[in-house]
Amino acid sequence: MNLFALLISALSQGMIYAPMALGVFVAFSVLNTADLTIDGSFVAGMSVCAVVAISGHPYLALLAGIAMGALAGLITGLLQTKLGINAILSGILTMTGLYTINFALLGGQSNLYLQRMEVNAAGAETQVASETVYKTFRSLMVQLTGNKRFDANLSALIVTSLIVAATVALLALFFYTRTGMAIRATGDNEEMVRSSSINADRSRILGIMLSNALVAFSGALLCEQQRYADLHFGSGMLVVGLASVIIGQVFFGQRGVTIGIISAVIGSLAYRLILQLAYKIEMPSYAVKLLSAVIVIVALTLPKLKRALSERRAAKEDVT
Amino acid sequence: MTELTLKNLRKVFERGTPNVKVALDGVSLDVERGDFITVLGSNGAGKSTLFNAILGKFRLDQGRIVLDGEDITRQRDYRRALNIGCLYQDPMRGTAPHMTIEENLALAYTRKASRSFFAVNRRDSAKFRDLLRELDLGLEDRLKTRMGLLSGGQRQAASLLMATIAEPKLLLLDEHTAALDPATAEKVLDLTKRIVAQRRLTCLMITHNMHQALEMGNRTIVMDAGKIVLDVSGEERARLTVQGLLDRFRADAGRDLDNDRMLLQA
Repeated sequence: MNLFALLISALSQGMIYAPMALGVFVAFSVLNTADLTIDGSFVAGMSVCAVVAISGHPYLALLAGIAMGALAGLITGLLQTKLGINAILSGILTMTGLYTINFALLGGQSNLYLQRMEVNAAGAETQVASETVYKTFRSLMVQLTGNKRFDANLSALIVTSLIVAATVALLALFFYTRTGMAIRATGDNEEMVRSSSINADRSRILGIMLSNALVAFSGALLCEQQRYADLHFGSGMLVVGLASVIIGQVFFGQRGVTIGIISAVIGSLAYRLILQLAYKIEMPSYAVKLLSAVIVIVALTLPKLKRALSERRAAKEDVT
Repeated sequence: MTELTLKNLRKVFERGTPNVKVALDGVSLDVERGDFITVLGSNGAGKSTLFNAILGKFRLDQGRIVLDGEDITRQRDYRRALNIGCLYQDPMRGTAPHMTIEENLALAYTRKASRSFFAVNRRDSAKFRDLLRELDLGLEDRLKTRMGLLSGGQRQAASLLMATIAEPKLLLLDEHTAALDPATAEKVLDLTKRIVAQRRLTCLMITHNMHQALEMGNRTIVMDAGKIVLDVSGEERARLTVQGLLDRFRADAGRDLDNDRMLLQA
């Protein structure tokens, strides 16, 4: 693969995972809650999307995926607020329960391809690929450019970028509405939200729903792009999301919510570029998870290290 | 006219354990509209517990709370907050540090705000700027500044504004100047007097400063072991000195009103 193709493929993957990074950003940074539902809701988005797409509704499939994520978030939110179960455990419980649901959605198998059986003119059964947003968009690009070999990755990058741009705009606007601001405040000082006569439980639940809807949206996009859903795709997804958010913060620092949203998307792109480079130097694909974990650990330690170094320098200057 | 009625409030914490504590032991109080009551008592007397009961932070074992004719005993805390503003000792408790002054005020103003798509809108912000100008802390030009960047005193002044901006029926002040340096505390206290007088708020204020307790407001209650042991107002209160208060307490409660902080400030 030449460098340009590598870049396109990395950016395209980065865009597909960008809503997931946004979801992690909403839960961890905005709402200040460690939500582990994410691993499960990613696959839930994938699975529901696969089922609906196979039935012939690729657009509805994306929406169904989003709705499924929101539902998963609703359950985690209710566990946290109404039953008072610790945030981390609530997420793990929902995630574990989702495994069964995802398994059932995929028809009791660990993966499901976006295709259906059709009888052709000669009377023989053949497998036909289901329509997807990516397939439709690529044929549109082929028509527009007249280039029959229009790069599938480039086409995917363009359409996903458009979708992510719209998502980013809507999300950024949302956080300045009354409801959105209440969610931000709930993550910042929940007691103050209650004393402002706002139902903080409701804000918290909405925030977790939003977060998981975004994560599931990523799962749905990936499902349509790679044309299959996989039961095990979600494991470690949270760490990937965290890595993206943290890498974004390296570029932009920790500032307002709009910058945070943009930086999560950039972080997701950067993360995929790093991965592609690692593959390029022949890192085995199973090493991805370890790499992600190491990135998160390093990124979390860096600020501390920086502070310690600058303090030591300041101490030295004091002496001289 | 009675604004707030507390009828025989009772709360026992950690019942059935060796740490069992009767926090409220049959507290009854009628608060008239426009009353400014100062609340004294040694540590653990039940002052903050009383406030938390009014705020709905826990469920009472017994008793009723009526605010402006409405029984709120079983109302959820965030619903009561519609009519009750509260300020604590810690300036950090009342504000969201990562949000701007404007956003904090807009949030506190939620229930009275102008209808708009975005939470922050021009009409409300103009009002916020006017209110901030009255504080005289230069905050009116810093609407876009993050709350976390303000000093403790500035944050407490902003919290005071937030607690009163939606015109609550009742304002509860839980030693809201105790964590500030003397000069700032003085300033926040002046602001408090001004705002309470301006809006004719009904107010309960916990303090450890006995001079302050007798000077401010129109009525003083003293709590001990979950009970109100002294309740003075009018002429009787006007004539009362700190020493007189201590004597009265000793006579009624059968022991000294002992509290290091209180003695130092007396």
